[in-house]
Amino acid sequence: MNSPTTPRGLPWTSEEIMAVVGSRSLRDGMSCFVGIGIPSTVANLARALHAPNLLLVYESGVLGSKPTRLPLSIGDGELAETADAVVTVPEIFNYWLQGGHIDMGYLSSAQIDKMGNLNTTVIGDDYRNPAVRLPGAGGAPEIASFCREVTVIMRHRSRAFVPELDFLTSVGLGESPETRSELGLTGAGPRTVITDLGVLEPHPEDRELTLVAVHPGVTVEDVREQTRWPLRAARRIEETEPPTEEELEVLRALKARS
Amino acid sequence: MVEHFELSQAVSKYVQDGNTVALEGFTHLIPFAAGHEIIRQGRRDLTLVRMTPDLIYDQMIGAGCVRKLLFSWGGNPGVGSLWRFRDAVENGWPAPLEIEEHSHAGLANRYAAGASGMPFTVTKSYLGTTLGEIAEHAAFLDCPFTGQKVTAIAAVNPDVGIVHAQRADRAGNVHIWGISGVLKEVVLASRRSIVTVEEVVDELDRRPGDIVIPAMAVDAICEAPGGAHPSYVQDYYERDNAFYRKWLEISKERDSFMEWLTESVLEAR
Repeated sequence: MNSPTTPRGLPWTSEEIMAVVGSRSLRDGMSCFVGIGIPSTVANLARALHAPNLLLVYESGVLGSKPTRLPLSIGDGELAETADAVVTVPEIFNYWLQGGHIDMGYLSSAQIDKMGNLNTTVIGDDYRNPAVRLPGAGGAPEIASFCREVTVIMRHRSRAFVPELDFLTSVGLGESPETRSELGLTGAGPRTVITDLGVLEPHPEDRELTLVAVHPGVTVEDVREQTRWPLRAARRIEETEPPTEEELEVLRALKARS
Repeated sequence: MVEHFELSQAVSKYVQDGNTVALEGFTHLIPFAAGHEIIRQGRRDLTLVRMTPDLIYDQMIGAGCVRKLLFSWGGNPGVGSLWRFRDAVENGWPAPLEIEEHSHAGLANRYAAGASGMPFTVTKSYLGTTLGEIAEHAAFLDCPFTGQKVTAIAAVNPDVGIVHAQRADRAGNVHIWGISGVLKEVVLASRRSIVTVEEVVDELDRRPGDIVIPAMAVDAICEAPGGAHPSYVQDYYERDNAFYRKWLEISKERDSFMEWLTESVLEAR
């Protein structure tokens, strides 16, 4: 499913490049709180490639799940049957997530701003009369608050990379370096934003999201065109290592089984 | 005192127009049969509570049973939008839908506070978010011990809690295994509870990691085999993912939804 902004003629889709780049940032032995969709694809790809001991945590209350195919929902039976432990929903959120036991959270979003704040609630100015009603918060606000760090993974489109959110569902990097700790949020927030065009990271000084890498065939201008705030770019922009044959094969086999 | 009922009798005895009703089940054990019975009995003006409205509340909203919805994630997992829910919020069809939204942690803790007999419980949710600004049932407090800002999450105590389980015994003890979500919390938080089960057995065969909700917390047990379809019941049947995908096309337009509702719920018994 190539999108209009994915360069033509490359042997991977925009979803595949996001999944591959995302999986590379997961290290073996980490615990990872995963939502359904692309975060789940990323985590299971990493588990199949280089992180067999990645501990997958799903909000339905499963810890250490080892699915052989990608689940359609966060509560599929295989997730529970292959888990180290199954706990209740209050326990997974209160003890495990808010208690500070999870290393990495993977989130996707409908809107993001330059400080990494996320909106998954409504599109439009009037909350009571929205242009688009999105699914809502789910587990995202607490994942963004309490995982040691967060990776955001989403398609890079101008309607999503906005100067101002219509609704702030999940807290990003904060207005000042102290914002998050003053709010009592124990995690660091988004350390990486992976899109189908490139990779953004917080600037070391003021934490504004800054373009640090573009994927093969993408230019800095392409990324700026899809970002509705004046996007800062690092002095040296890396080019993402293209997906290897092995990465693509394993990813496609995983999708085919699902 | 727990009693065994036909599902239709339990719904007509315990679910009244205007009630606050929670049909729970986090992906697993969603009480579809009970939801369909409520639709057939034409209940109106319900306030429904559920973390993930899922297909069952999409159907009840489209059927016109619902005045207000409390929820934390309103999508069709892995598939897309809940179109009847969106049509009600965006266009007021078949009737305007009031909403009150939470995060999963927020709503799970509302049930937990309700189950504990507390007016509220304390978390660190919603700090710094718009959710914190709009939430009617969350407020910020200073911790009396450390001064840290924390969030008070109000209890929810539904008039009726409805869940599905694998089994119950004749004495009305309920046996659940696999993902249990907030099932115990919703049964204990609700003034009345209806439990539909795959089967009623003479004796519960306990297994590792299972839970038993003792009969004293339950009002009605109804045998409803297949009562969680198209969600799943661990060790009985799998999630019908094909139906979850198909729901997108059934529910997208009002006409195709109404046709499905008539054929599969109103005229089906």
